[in-house]
Amino acid sequence: MASTKEMKSVLFGPIFANNPIALQILGVCSALAVTSKLENTLVMCIALTFVLVLSNVSISIIRNHIPSSVRIIVQMTIIASLVIVVDQLLKAFAYDIAQELSVFVGLIITNCIVMGRAEAFAMKEKPGMALLDGLGNGLGYSVVLLTVAFFRELFGSGSLFGYQILPLITEGGWYTPVGLLVLPPSAFFIIGGFIWVLRTFRPEQVEAKE
Amino acid sequence: MEHYISMFVRAVFIENLALSFFLGMCTFLAVSKKVTTAMGLGVAVIVVLGISVPVSNIVNTYVLSPGSLSWAGFPDADLSFLRFLTFIGIIAALVQILEMTLDKYLPALYNALGIFLPLITVNCAIFGGVLFMVERDYDFTESIVYGVGSGVGWALAIVLLAAVREKLKYADIPDGLRGLGITFISTGLIGLGFMSFSGVSL
Repeated sequence: MASTKEMKSVLFGPIFANNPIALQILGVCSALAVTSKLENTLVMCIALTFVLVLSNVSISIIRNHIPSSVRIIVQMTIIASLVIVVDQLLKAFAYDIAQELSVFVGLIITNCIVMGRAEAFAMKEKPGMALLDGLGNGLGYSVVLLTVAFFRELFGSGSLFGYQILPLITEGGWYTPVGLLVLPPSAFFIIGGFIWVLRTFRPEQVEAKE
Repeated sequence: MEHYISMFVRAVFIENLALSFFLGMCTFLAVSKKVTTAMGLGVAVIVVLGISVPVSNIVNTYVLSPGSLSWAGFPDADLSFLRFLTFIGIIAALVQILEMTLDKYLPALYNALGIFLPLITVNCAIFGGVLFMVERDYDFTESIVYGVGSGVGWALAIVLLAAVREKLKYADIPDGLRGLGITFISTGLIGLGFMSFSGVSL
């Protein structure tokens, strides 16, 4: 059994020190378009973490039985089946959100975080560690996404989770929403800023000059 | 004909897969350091999207949609829950076939695209294109136009970004933003530029 310290680093490392989005450029693909509302983002993060943890664990359990020549297909099949489960669950219990997330739930399959962790971690480590790794990376992904969604929803439409925080000027309040933040490109600016702040506090992540 | 042209323009500029839906971002950011490599990847994406969207359309219409198996004598069958798995399989198989065909008949092109083809299997732009096709109920001809159009849009976006990044090498960027940070911000700016097309009514 691994030491507590090692387990902690596997679980909490991906949140800031080795963040999948900010440092490894993994999993940016599908998620940014869903960050205009906190509620949708939260559902997306839960869905991704769920898939990531279960795929990591199940791949880790059968890691010694997967022939390396067909491992990508095996991983893909496991991930795709898990995503189908999530998709069906969302359609059954949260139909409105499922409609709004539309194709992005399906896109968890091609999310590089899931494949990347399966390939880089779950194929080598024991199920317990793989579970922690999945959880940690899911959290790292969620931190970035929720930060982006927080700024976009609060300043873009003056609300959080659909509740009005800043009264809008159109409804007799004082706040003029920043229209830019509702548009998709704003997510790029916020992530760029997030990376800047992160690297200011952790100078070791700064990239070398070319 | 007009319908198809307007669909093509819409797929290339207004609903650009990379810049307004953020699809294929991982490869988009990772392989956009040089214009030549970006161009190679762009062409590969156009080819794969142009083939896989129509093929998935056929499979979807004749096998997966509710009631589509009536030609085989199963009018009540609904296999739509198998969509994700089937489409991923189709894309992976197509990429593999494409790779082998190119290797055999067009070795020059194979050498140029070679390393990018496997990357494309897990590229969300391809899978996203296929899922959008299903969600929007395109027919066969529409799906060809949409597949090629969205591929061209993606290729255009990555070549533009690569051109910007080649110039950025000479810029004096704050330490924390160097590399990935400034790339995100420039992508956002290109995206804003593309948004100006959304006022074009077709």
